[in-house]
Amino acid sequence: MKRGFLIGISILGVLGVALYAQKSDIISTIIGGGLPSIAIVDMRGSGAAQENMSTFNATLYDEIKQSGQLKMVAKSVYPLQVPQQPADFKAPLNGRPNGPWLTDWSVAPVGANYLAFGYTAIQDGKLVLFGWLYNVGQPDVQSAQVIGKLYFSTADQNGARQVAREFAADILAQFGRTSLIGSKIFFTTDRMGPGVKEIWSMDYDGKNQAPMTSYKSLTMMPTVSPDGAKLAFTTFARGTPSIMIMSTETKRLIPFYNQKASVNSQVSFTPDGSKVLFASTASGGYMQIFSSNVDGSDIHRLTSVRAVEAEPKINPKTGTEVVFVSGRGGPPQIYKMNIDGGDIVRLTTGEGDAVNPSWHPDGKHLTFSWTRGFEPGNFNIFVMDVATREVVQLTHGMGRNENPVWAPDGLHIVYSSKRGRGAQIYTMLADGTQQQQLTTQGNNTQPAWGKGTSQ
Amino acid sequence: MAAIAPGVALGLTLGLALLGAGCTKKAPAPPPPVAPMRDTTPPPPDAPVRPRINSFTGEPRSIERGQSVTLRWSVANATDITIEPGLGAVQANGSRQVFPNATTTYTLTANGPGGTDTRTVTIEVASGAAPPRPAEPKGPVITGLDILTREGQDAYFDYDKNDLREDARAALTRDADVLKRIFAMDSRFTVVIEGHCDERGSAEYNLGLGDRRATAAKEFLVQLGVPADRLKTISYGKERPQCTDANEDCYQKNRRAHLAAAQ
Repeated sequence: MKRGFLIGISILGVLGVALYAQKSDIISTIIGGGLPSIAIVDMRGSGAAQENMSTFNATLYDEIKQSGQLKMVAKSVYPLQVPQQPADFKAPLNGRPNGPWLTDWSVAPVGANYLAFGYTAIQDGKLVLFGWLYNVGQPDVQSAQVIGKLYFSTADQNGARQVAREFAADILAQFGRTSLIGSKIFFTTDRMGPGVKEIWSMDYDGKNQAPMTSYKSLTMMPTVSPDGAKLAFTTFARGTPSIMIMSTETKRLIPFYNQKASVNSQVSFTPDGSKVLFASTASGGYMQIFSSNVDGSDIHRLTSVRAVEAEPKINPKTGTEVVFVSGRGGPPQIYKMNIDGGDIVRLTTGEGDAVNPSWHPDGKHLTFSWTRGFEPGNFNIFVMDVATREVVQLTHGMGRNENPVWAPDGLHIVYSSKRGRGAQIYTMLADGTQQQQLTTQGNNTQPAWGKGTSQ
Repeated sequence: MAAIAPGVALGLTLGLALLGAGCTKKAPAPPPPVAPMRDTTPPPPDAPVRPRINSFTGEPRSIERGQSVTLRWSVANATDITIEPGLGAVQANGSRQVFPNATTTYTLTANGPGGTDTRTVTIEVASGAAPPRPAEPKGPVITGLDILTREGQDAYFDYDKNDLREDARAALTRDADVLKRIFAMDSRFTVVIEGHCDERGSAEYNLGLGDRRATAAKEFLVQLGVPADRLKTISYGKERPQCTDANEDCYQKNRRAHLAAAQ
């Protein structure tokens, strides 16, 4: 009953409402008010399994909380008796309470829609999680069960973290959104030392930071194919900036033929991954937008103007529209065209510098950075409804914010922010709340968010 | 707290039945409810980061006596960096011209709280027959690079612009003379014109803008008679700033076309 309603309100429906009301804080009100709430009990382990349960409980709680898809019920209002398994629930007898029951969780002060509980044990040297998710608004235990599942992993801290993540992914999958678990954020970092930039990857929560490239050169501007399998970037490793494409899985280079040009850069993949757009000086003159096959063959020039054009981004839903940045009217602004180069229109007002467009997975909204109302260089992050051109500003007075990119779940945005000395990667909910800093070492910029390839 | 012992068997049967999944192993009993444990293990202290030499190069690697070599280096996480022989303490990143008289191995040593890293570069100096040894008072041979380093001038630009201002034209006009002199002296010398931007625009757009600045400078030099095939261009966008302060003085220094010797 609740679920249909939940799936019905998408964040962007929410944004639309907020825009209509000309009040961006309505976004957060509706996100907060419309989300189902969940209580997650601190689970325990049988015997030796207890050892890593603090890791397990923290991981499960953080995964669900950071998803932004559920409202967390404060643990302080939980009932004293928490279930570990379905048999712990005692249905009321003759209308009178008979022990712990679903209503302990569904009514005030807990007021949860869902309850996650279970326990772990060691079996044959493996960690086993017995995990349940109940819809506590249901009248009995049978109809309350949404998930009842076994999860297996190694009997150590990593194993505890893994089963927690898998259980969290199953819970989040109930709410109709792409899980970020398994997705990867690629970014540019100079943490190896000044003058050198490489592409690194990390999990959506900043864990497992690891290098993708090691050219000891300037290697930057990562973008990912819609299926998460291919990573494209721009590198000075061969002299002038040129494009390389790599498998995210094996880190092997996939052949891409660079045209003879002083700049080849900034790849965007079509939804089927067969073609790319990029910015290049292949025709001489100003950097323009070109298309080619994913191996660099069959190149076509899409724009032809005496001004710098950059950052083509193909609509991931339709594959037929492209947004890009152009200086054709003076300062850089965001424009839209068809993928054949026709029907060019400006989307931003012409004020300030508007750069870094990124499509929402729905193909209807953009996020981008804009200096409107500020000095050059003081970028903030905005969201635009492409049909109406209406915008909402998400960051306010918190340094220089650039390169916003939507997460595969369409609910989060990853971006870089320079607050004080170095630039770091942050994520936030699409209403600008829940800002999380993911990186700390060196300067970290230009994030790209790829779907998990194993999903 | 409620004892769950009588419920355990039933609970497991029910649980496993609900789980389905063909699991035939007997599940262990859930633990008795107790107060949640606190994690009291303190995190291990961070080890100090080892100094790291990212690069240490000498260009060219072999010379005739009297010619110069450019040493370049980049070091991270070090507090105390030296290059021996001859240079002593140096900054973490830099380049220096040296004039070794004989084959010399330069050792870069980076010390820091996390340890020591060293790297060496050996420069071969040909001292064979008939060395072009200048008379004592004349000093080392002046190379094209020396002239370019000393006399080359940068052309500066306005924000988000690539047209040549009056001062940029004046600088490039002098550069044209300098380049003609160098090319007359050294028939293999080529120049890279680097296009640079200040930090305020986007990195992506600035690759295109820096390219235009380099191209504008090149076209002007060619108009003044500098051979086009001796001039290459490269855009560094905003990736190689001269100056990293956030003020207009610094921004202006970074919005430039710069002449460098091709590697």
